[in-house]
Amino acid sequence: MAKHEYAFYPGCSSQKGASASNYLASVESMCKTLDVKLTEIPDWNCCGASIGYAEAGELPRHVLNARNFALSEQHLPGQEIVATCAACWLGARETRERLTHSDTLMSDTREALKEAGLTINEMPNIRHMVEVLIEDLGFEEMAKHVVRPLEGVKIAGYVGCQTNRPFGVAGESFENPVYLDKMVEMVGAESIPEYEQKVTCCGGALAFSEPEKAQAQIKDIVESAYDHGAEMIVTPCPLCQANVEIYQGQINKRYGTKFDIPVMYYSQLMVVAYGGSAKDAALNGQVIKARRLEEIAAKQVKR
Amino acid sequence: MSANTAVAEKYRNNFLKEIEEQVEMGDWVKMCMQCGVCSGSCPTNFQSAWEHPPQELFMMIRAGKREEVLSSSSMWNCTSCYNCIVRCPRKLPITHIMHGIAEYAHRLGMAPKMQPTRFFSGLFWKNATHTGRVNELKLSMGLYFKDGFVQGVKNGMAMQSVALGLVKAKRLNVMELFGGHKCKDQKGIHAMLKKAYEIERSRKTAKMAG
Repeated sequence: MAKHEYAFYPGCSSQKGASASNYLASVESMCKTLDVKLTEIPDWNCCGASIGYAEAGELPRHVLNARNFALSEQHLPGQEIVATCAACWLGARETRERLTHSDTLMSDTREALKEAGLTINEMPNIRHMVEVLIEDLGFEEMAKHVVRPLEGVKIAGYVGCQTNRPFGVAGESFENPVYLDKMVEMVGAESIPEYEQKVTCCGGALAFSEPEKAQAQIKDIVESAYDHGAEMIVTPCPLCQANVEIYQGQINKRYGTKFDIPVMYYSQLMVVAYGGSAKDAALNGQVIKARRLEEIAAKQVKR
Repeated sequence: MSANTAVAEKYRNNFLKEIEEQVEMGDWVKMCMQCGVCSGSCPTNFQSAWEHPPQELFMMIRAGKREEVLSSSSMWNCTSCYNCIVRCPRKLPITHIMHGIAEYAHRLGMAPKMQPTRFFSGLFWKNATHTGRVNELKLSMGLYFKDGFVQGVKNGMAMQSVALGLVKAKRLNVMELFGGHKCKDQKGIHAMLKKAYEIERSRKTAKMAG
């Protein structure tokens, strides 16, 4: 039996061929090393994300998340739900909070769930993967598995919004969370605690609908990383990763900049530091290649 | 009588009450003390995207400026960064109130029709709930073709390098156009959401009548 077991809510962007498929691949490798067992909630559905608000309304949005709770309770009783995506985590946690605080919402939700033949008896705990790493395993346990420290690599820890607000990771400040910097240090790389854009919004869904507004924000995020001498950016959020990585070409055209900085997931850094290959860390999933990490991943591990 | 005329009639001269009863988290609006921390914390407000930033909207609601508030493009500039929520000294759930006012304006048909984020928001929800999971390719295509075919092709061309990069990295699958990821129990999802809309509608109507 694995040391830690959870009901897993991967979310739409993590699916095969989707925008964060490299996130999921690296999380799977990371969990193997850490002896964490994730069991996918059967037939899970989209959380609705924040951007669905025009049509979602209040109850339909919570019912959508509650369906995942009900499926988790039915198939994986007693297990906490773990999400890797910031939006999935936020959406599910918000639903948990609202249903817990309103009997009316709870009974309305139960009534709607009946239509899908489902029910909820207990409210599950909703955790983000970084919470699991920090709180259930701890930095010491995470560091134990490092066999290939990312020595000399300077990495800007970009936390973004939704893993940080409104819930955040317990004990961290909304304005200057430090856990990601600690994770960067943990894998043997050099962190940039004074990176002042670490909680700036990447524009979220506006990157699609109003790109010029989002790209103005992304420009600040990338520019500051360069100013601090970062070789790459690391983030815990799929939308932050995609937005900050894939629009650098368009930003260069718009602003005459020469951005070309890789944007990684914490899980990819960990897999490489844990001795995994480029494939294990899904480095082939980068639009802007992380050459430095590829080189490190190609090195022999002394065990 | 349209839905809009009906509520306008019912709440005549009391727009604050209308917001309190019909908008998610609307009962918080009266708690605003006009400090402006929300407006100063909003990333898109820094780009002057908001015609009326949150604290201004709150005062306009109290002043009964119904037409101006509901037809404003302001709320649609919310990026859901939740900065305003965590900084508000009176703990107003501002992000949710903004989404709530936007949703209400959209429901009444008063939201600006061509506002791109309003369009994308509706598109996202339909995309996600159609099969239970988001189809990223169809979502992007739907947005590009919002202003017709010619503009759609232009938009697609402008995004070509971004899309190619993703395809090469195996993070965008062109086959998604012909199917893609989905939930097994779509029927259950649709039935459950239909019920949820019914319940929500009847609760709002009851408030209006009461």
